[in-house]
Amino acid sequence: MGKEATKLRLPASEDALRALRIGDEVLISGTVVTARDMAHKYMVEQRPESLRDILEGALIYHCGPIMVRDGEGWRIVSAGPTTSSREEPYQADVLENYRLGGVIGKGGMGEKTSAALKKCGAVYFHAVGGAGTLLAKRVKKVREVRMLEEFGVPEAFWVLEVEDFPVVVTMDSMGGSLHREVLEASAQKRKDLLGL
Amino acid sequence: MPGFVEWGLELIRRASSDLSPDVEAVVRRGRDAEPEGTTARNVLDSILQNVEMSRADATPICQDTGLTTFFVHLPAGYDAESVRADLQEAIRLATKEGILRPNSVHPITGKNTGDNVGVDLPHVEFEPATDDAVTIDLLLKGGGSENCGAQYRLPDASIKAGRDLDGVERSVIDAVHKAQGQGCAPGILGVCIGGDRAGSYMGAKKQLLRHLDDVNPDPLLRDMEARLLERCNSMGIGPMGFGGVTTLLGVKVGWMHRHPASFFVSIAYCCWADRRRRLVVRDGVAQVL
Repeated sequence: MGKEATKLRLPASEDALRALRIGDEVLISGTVVTARDMAHKYMVEQRPESLRDILEGALIYHCGPIMVRDGEGWRIVSAGPTTSSREEPYQADVLENYRLGGVIGKGGMGEKTSAALKKCGAVYFHAVGGAGTLLAKRVKKVREVRMLEEFGVPEAFWVLEVEDFPVVVTMDSMGGSLHREVLEASAQKRKDLLGL
Repeated sequence: MPGFVEWGLELIRRASSDLSPDVEAVVRRGRDAEPEGTTARNVLDSILQNVEMSRADATPICQDTGLTTFFVHLPAGYDAESVRADLQEAIRLATKEGILRPNSVHPITGKNTGDNVGVDLPHVEFEPATDDAVTIDLLLKGGGSENCGAQYRLPDASIKAGRDLDGVERSVIDAVHKAQGQGCAPGILGVCIGGDRAGSYMGAKKQLLRHLDDVNPDPLLRDMEARLLERCNSMGIGPMGFGGVTTLLGVKVGWMHRHPASFFVSIAYCCWADRRRRLVVRDGVAQVL
């Protein structure tokens, strides 16, 4: 912790992803695709082939950004992460089906996702929750959007080109989870405080 | 002459992009408390940097601008429905400008209205004013933190909580543990003891309007707030749940009379981005605090 941040360019090799460990601070450059609740339900229930071109080798970003119309295109205004645990029932399936490099979100995910990360050689990256303006500035280009009409702005698939997007590895491809560690340590403290 | 549409828009802009100084000061204290070189400290540095950028650019601190909740105190002679209509218009304009994210989803069809106006949206609570000024408090609270709210019905044997203040504290500690970093820790808690189910939750939310540096006039609750802050922080959950000493920035406790059969403890969890601002209109002059 506190050491120099690792630079990661997407699509990344499996070796590069497998080398990352919980606690590593990483600056990501390349394609990330926003997807949250409606998108995950859709990806699992419909398994659309049409998304393969934007998802393979990319990262899914649990984010519902604020976007403003800018001529023919879009301007991204604020784009921090949303809570990932809501996608826990879907994430493992999505990771395997679309061969993602991993996921960016906040709050961490559960054991099913942890097992899928291990199997696929993928990584869960944590962005700072609430840092909407700072993270939007690291988006260099809004490439396209899909399912905007059906899902609305926060839930659509926004295809973003990011540069030096700051994250922390909190679940790695070796089965490690910072969230599990903190949960276990704090569970003991809770027991002590409550005399249970 | 400007009216509640323009004033409302300015209130929303300030709440969304300009974090209240009392909150920023406590985040900074939390940052200084985390050892150098830790991820916890880096996270709080990023948060402070984001706060400055958002203020400078007048852009939303967080993309989840939440559900808009207004607490309005109206003097006699004002028409509440017309104020509500003006606030709705202010919200439509703010959404178009990108100060608010469209967050109004139909629960059955899944359709987003796209303008943040819908059934009970914005939520507006009207109360009579005690003087001749109009006061409007706005709270923008994101969904992730709202999901971490909790309500306990005492007694609760699973946490050895009886119907007393010790039971209240146990409920709060348990809720903070359950929340981990999910509600964007370090968080701020509004707690309400008593009331019925609905009133108690709203009472907890109203505690979030208090400034972090205020002092509870009830010495018993003042001590409880300080003790809960210290004990919850001792769990080591830390910023974003990465581990650290800053799990909460503040705890605010209030109460309501309860039914003899019911003893509710309600907890409203607010993320570090506690976006609240107050509009005061006196003699036709508006000021956002």
